[in-house]
Amino acid sequence: MEEEKVIEVKNLSKHFGKFKAVDDISFDVKKGEVFGFLGANGAGKTTAIKMLTGIWSSTSGQATVAGFDINKNRNKLKENIGYMSQKFSLYEDLTFKENVRFYGGIYGLSNKEIKLKTEEMIEHLELDNIQNTMISDIPLGWKQKIAFSVAVIHRPKIVFLDEPTSGVDPITRRQFWDLIYETAESGITVFVTTHYMDEAEYCDRISMMVQGRIEALGSLDELLTKHQAKNMDEVFVKLAR
Amino acid sequence: MKTFAAFVRKEFKHIFRDRKTLIILFGMPIVMVIMFGFAIRTEISNSRIAILDHAKDAHSQKLKGKIAASEYFNVVAELNSEEEIGEIFKRGDVKLVLVFPQEFGKDLVNTKHSPIQIITDASDPNTANILSSYLQATFQSYVNEELHLQAPNLNITTRMMFNPENKSVYMFVPGVMTIILMLVSALMTSITVAKEKEIGTMEILLVSPLKPFVIILGKIIPYLVLALIIACTILLLGLYVFDMPMNGSYYLLFGEIFLFVLCALVLGLLISTVANSQQTAMLISMMALMLPSILLSGFIFPISSMPIPLQVISNAIPAKWFIIVIKNIMLKGTGFEAIAFETGVLVFITCLLTLIAIKKFKIRLE
Repeated sequence: MEEEKVIEVKNLSKHFGKFKAVDDISFDVKKGEVFGFLGANGAGKTTAIKMLTGIWSSTSGQATVAGFDINKNRNKLKENIGYMSQKFSLYEDLTFKENVRFYGGIYGLSNKEIKLKTEEMIEHLELDNIQNTMISDIPLGWKQKIAFSVAVIHRPKIVFLDEPTSGVDPITRRQFWDLIYETAESGITVFVTTHYMDEAEYCDRISMMVQGRIEALGSLDELLTKHQAKNMDEVFVKLAR
Repeated sequence: MKTFAAFVRKEFKHIFRDRKTLIILFGMPIVMVIMFGFAIRTEISNSRIAILDHAKDAHSQKLKGKIAASEYFNVVAELNSEEEIGEIFKRGDVKLVLVFPQEFGKDLVNTKHSPIQIITDASDPNTANILSSYLQATFQSYVNEELHLQAPNLNITTRMMFNPENKSVYMFVPGVMTIILMLVSALMTSITVAKEKEIGTMEILLVSPLKPFVIILGKIIPYLVLALIIACTILLLGLYVFDMPMNGSYYLLFGEIFLFVLCALVLGLLISTVANSQQTAMLISMMALMLPSILLSGFIFPISSMPIPLQVISNAIPAKWFIIVIKNIMLKGTGFEAIAFETGVLVFITCLLTLIAIKKFKIRLE
């Protein structure tokens, strides 16, 4: 089986003055993988994501995402990635349909495609009754699922999820992860940050950032064996100390 | 282009969904123009005054008749003693008391020189000043008519050009238009950008293939349209309700309005690069834009009577230049030559702000 790499990062750094927010990190993410990007608050996760999504330029090092250089080919890169942040990212004063139409529109989907996608989502997420309701009136769990579906509306090669499940109940989190798996199976690579360690265990591979550096990288079993821990919580505590 | 259309459509939906803001946006200019137009007046009519006549002779009677007959004054009381002056002011019945001295008529005829005393309620200094000067003028004209005084052989005729009736509306329509356009353009754009940051959609927009330039343009255009509609509303009110004259070219007027709105929009964007929440954006807009625009633009307080440092600062305020421009076009009917300098300053400020805004935006992206 040929392993296609969707993200390749080599010696990537981002400095703010003397502060090294991201300090010489290197890793690869394979196609169709669910890649967990872990770290304590302030470890540099968000900075790394901002570079990989083409918002910020890097200080040094190289990285390609979906085959495009993060500094030189941002426009192409942006067309091929999806993004969902921890802050809620749909417009509250627009309806579900209008949100879909807007996000489809800015990714250059045709009206026909947008209509098709809308129907698909209504069926898949069972939104029959709320398709014309303002987003502000829809329960949080549902919003989160809609936001995720909207983030992959243009079938990107990879989707970045920045703490997508913070603040939702365990059942919704479970359902959300079902969605993530479905998406990964359909060929979209998922790059997810989280601070729920049990969620990290759902990922195919996990990286752990501590103070700007990647201190651990591997599958769950590999990490547990290497650090002689029972679960990710212990690994986290050992590394972050 | 299609992505841009999708963006602008979304912006318009935000505006129309937010009914309360929309009502305020359209209601405020109307209320402000009507309030300023009807309520705040620098011209006077039927002001209540009282007279204390110690002379009670032919001349004082005649002069009283003339004052009572004028449309400016309404004599509501004849006082009998000095003590009553204080009382009547305290009751707030009148704003001015006119006192004739004992020998008023005699002195006037013999020496052609007789003092009268005007006492005003200076707790409201503006009205007091205006009333007093109106009364002096009435007195002067009486003396001239009755005694055929040509004493200092000159006859000063004042003609108030461009606003012969000293109508305050002529001041307030341009002023209100300036303030409202500033408010709609700067405040609303800064709030809408700050809102995107606050709810986290700005990140999504920056990650999307939309270019920052397109995002900015998409934010600006809906408010540009809105501001122009509001400008039309204020103009119509001024022209048809308050008979404000329009002596210049409409093309020129709208060209200048467009320029000013653009300047304010860029200011709004600049604010939004600093402010991360809607409240901060609102505060900065209010403190840094609205107050100077109202106080230092010459809208209410004449710039020439400000202390020098403030006069210098006022040059940096776009509202000042815009007010001069509109007054010139509407009242004086001047062409572009007469306002080329003011226009130049506005263009300069706009360009400068655009440069700074672009730079700030880039820094944020790096």
